[in-house]
Amino acid sequence: MTVNPYLPLPYRVIAVRQDTPDTATVELRPVGAAIPEPAPGQFTMLYMLGVGEAPISVSGAPIEGAPLAQTLRGVGAVSKAIIRLQPGEELGVRGPYGTIWPVAEADGHDVLFIAGGLGLAPLRPAVRHVLANRERYGRVSLLYGTRSPQDILYRDELAMWRRMLDVQIEVTVDRAHRSWHGAVGVVTELIPRAGVDPSRTIAMVCGPEIMMRFSVQALQAAGMPCEHIYVSMERSMKCGVGLCGRCQFGPDFVCKQGAVMRYDRIAHIFTVREI
Amino acid sequence: MSASGFPKAGVVLSLDGLQALIDALAARGYQVLGPVEHDGAIGTGHIAGIADLPAGRTDRQEAGSYRLDDRDDGALFGYAVGPGSWKRHLHRPIETLFKVRRVGDELSFEPPREPPARTALLGVRSCELAAIAIQDRVFQGGRYVNTEYAARRANIFLVAVNCGDPASTCFCSSLNTGPRARRGYDIALTELVDGRHEFLAEPGSDSGAALLAYLPNRPATEADWQAADAVAAHAAAQIHRRLPAEGLKEALQQHPEHPHWEEVAARCLACANCTNVCPTCFCTTIDDHSDLDGHGAARVRRWDSCFNGDFSYVHGGAVRTQTRSRYRQWLTHKLANWWDQFGTSGCVGCGRCIAWCPAGIDLTVEATSIVDSISAEAKAHGVA
Ligand SMILES: Cc1cc2nc3c(=O)[nH]c(=O)nc-3n(C[C@H](O)[C@H](O)[C@H](O)COP(=O)(O)OP(=O)(O)OC[C@H]3O[C@@H](n4cnc5c(N)ncnc54)[C@H](O)[C@@H]3O)c2cc1C
Ligand code: SF4
Ligand code: SF4
Ligand code: FES
Repeated sequence: MTVNPYLPLPYRVIAVRQDTPDTATVELRPVGAAIPEPAPGQFTMLYMLGVGEAPISVSGAPIEGAPLAQTLRGVGAVSKAIIRLQPGEELGVRGPYGTIWPVAEADGHDVLFIAGGLGLAPLRPAVRHVLANRERYGRVSLLYGTRSPQDILYRDELAMWRRMLDVQIEVTVDRAHRSWHGAVGVVTELIPRAGVDPSRTIAMVCGPEIMMRFSVQALQAAGMPCEHIYVSMERSMKCGVGLCGRCQFGPDFVCKQGAVMRYDRIAHIFTVREI
Repeated sequence: MSASGFPKAGVVLSLDGLQALIDALAARGYQVLGPVEHDGAIGTGHIAGIADLPAGRTDRQEAGSYRLDDRDDGALFGYAVGPGSWKRHLHRPIETLFKVRRVGDELSFEPPREPPARTALLGVRSCELAAIAIQDRVFQGGRYVNTEYAARRANIFLVAVNCGDPASTCFCSSLNTGPRARRGYDIALTELVDGRHEFLAEPGSDSGAALLAYLPNRPATEADWQAADAVAAHAAAQIHRRLPAEGLKEALQQHPEHPHWEEVAARCLACANCTNVCPTCFCTTIDDHSDLDGHGAARVRRWDSCFNGDFSYVHGGAVRTQTRSRYRQWLTHKLANWWDQFGTSGCVGCGRCIAWCPAGIDLTVEATSIVDSISAEAKAHGVA
């Protein structure tokens, strides 16, 4: 009999790291059997007993033997319950599902990461992969925008990346106190200034839909072809495996043909309202 | 060879022969479900024999209306499809996926272990066979399988009935899914009420052939085949509704901002009746049903609808807030996106969504109107 794709595996919480006031990264280890190793950009369905399930991107690894790390913003019942878990407690995990960031296709190219808010979490495994294989890529840039300085994720890791001499890291915030000496403004404003060569760059964009829309516009204005732009879509998801029908986005299922999608495939509906 | 790919073989069953078919299925351990009349409509339910079938009944269906009437030939299958499709017996409206228990910190997940009952569906129309074939693709044609569906599907015996009296809402012939069953059945019956009351029975599988051979029957004569052909021809001639044959997929996919969506939305109540009666709609949600002690829960899947407000909910609000976007999603998915997803239309032409729409919205009219306005515009611009 084929396995029931809805059935989670029990995972134990190893650590919960508070990233920002409302966001935390949970590190998980399988109690028994483990899910297959996730690739950058993939997500899992995390299940909290008595509360429900939510699709959450993998934000950790890809490092051999590392725990499964996932970063959640506490916005509703499931996400709040998960970030309140204590080490030793268990939750259910199934997956990994969905498409992966084009880290292989980008081989030999320049790479431009554009993250908005929590969008850095799904991108982090791809950034780590590119930096771990630095010699295979040309110029590497990360443009990251958040609402305020206190919403900046993974500060230590960002600082570490910044110390590498061949990576461009730009961080901007929508609004800030005088104590912030970095850039202020939306992340899309960084795009024209990043000085990317559009013909040899692969862009990976993740954040709220509106931020991705403006980013794609700015990239196109800079002359980047649609086939070089990848975005990660969010839709309602109940199954993650193409059976519940909820994540449809035009002819695609975001859980199967996404969440990472090459922009030329979705350009005709990306800006249609309520599609 | 017949169209089913099975050698053209047929036997004729009397009314007693049909009863013997039901008895033989029951004797082989099948629970037998068939058309039964309840609450003013013909639905599906357990049948012990031919006495449970809606003899001498027919249906009158129009956009937004369905009612039962008498017919004077005593036919047992003299109606088209009612609101309850066979879907509910394969893809259950509500179903427990698994149970969870917590002991200390430890979680355990247990799928239900109830073996699916062998079930015979008797009276399945050609459009319904097509709908089952579509759900087969949706639920067991991909990388991940709906295992509850697959387990039940493997235990189904299908007795089709070729339509003799389509409703005005039927349009299977425009989608090549009826009115005569071509494939996907174990046995197909054609009811012959031309001064006699018999059934031409055709096998569509080895188990169907074996069962027919066991029943009291007589071999079909050329005259019997002609009578069955006449039933099919009469049925086909009664079907007038149709979907546009060309340009439908492109028209829907390439014109999400067509003004007609707004026009339909002004009439659509977003009540989800259409998706509930549709034999191919498959969307679901999942809820957690907590045990009272707080240490356990059941994960329960139930039918959902793209017309419901929370269907497209993501944190921050629904993606499709307007009726216009929901109707557009439904129709574009059904008639266009389905092709990309599953290599088939999502509509089999059963007409249920037309009859059971309280506003009488007819998808054939809406689709035609969009296709026509686009081709008219293309002509006006000289690109036709
Ligand atoms: C591919 C993908 C990757 C994602 N990755 C991440 C990630 O890495 N980190 C992260 O924090 N988030 C991520 N999300 C978003 C995350 O899944 C949602 O924020 C999460 O489902 C919220 O669940 P909740 O119970 O906490 O919140 P809620 O907003 O309460 O939603 C819970 C569920 O209940 C239902 N619901 C709740 N309120 C309503 C309502 N008012 N009306 C109708 N239904 C309602 C919804 O169907 C929803 O699925 C991702 C989403 C997708 C699709
Ligand atoms: S869309 Fe309407 S006519 Fe088509 S299969 Fe569904 S209920 Fe029947
Ligand atoms: S749509 Fe065709 S096959 Fe279905 S009930 Fe009507 S006539 Fe019969
Ligand atoms: S999440 Fe269920 S089909 Fe994609």
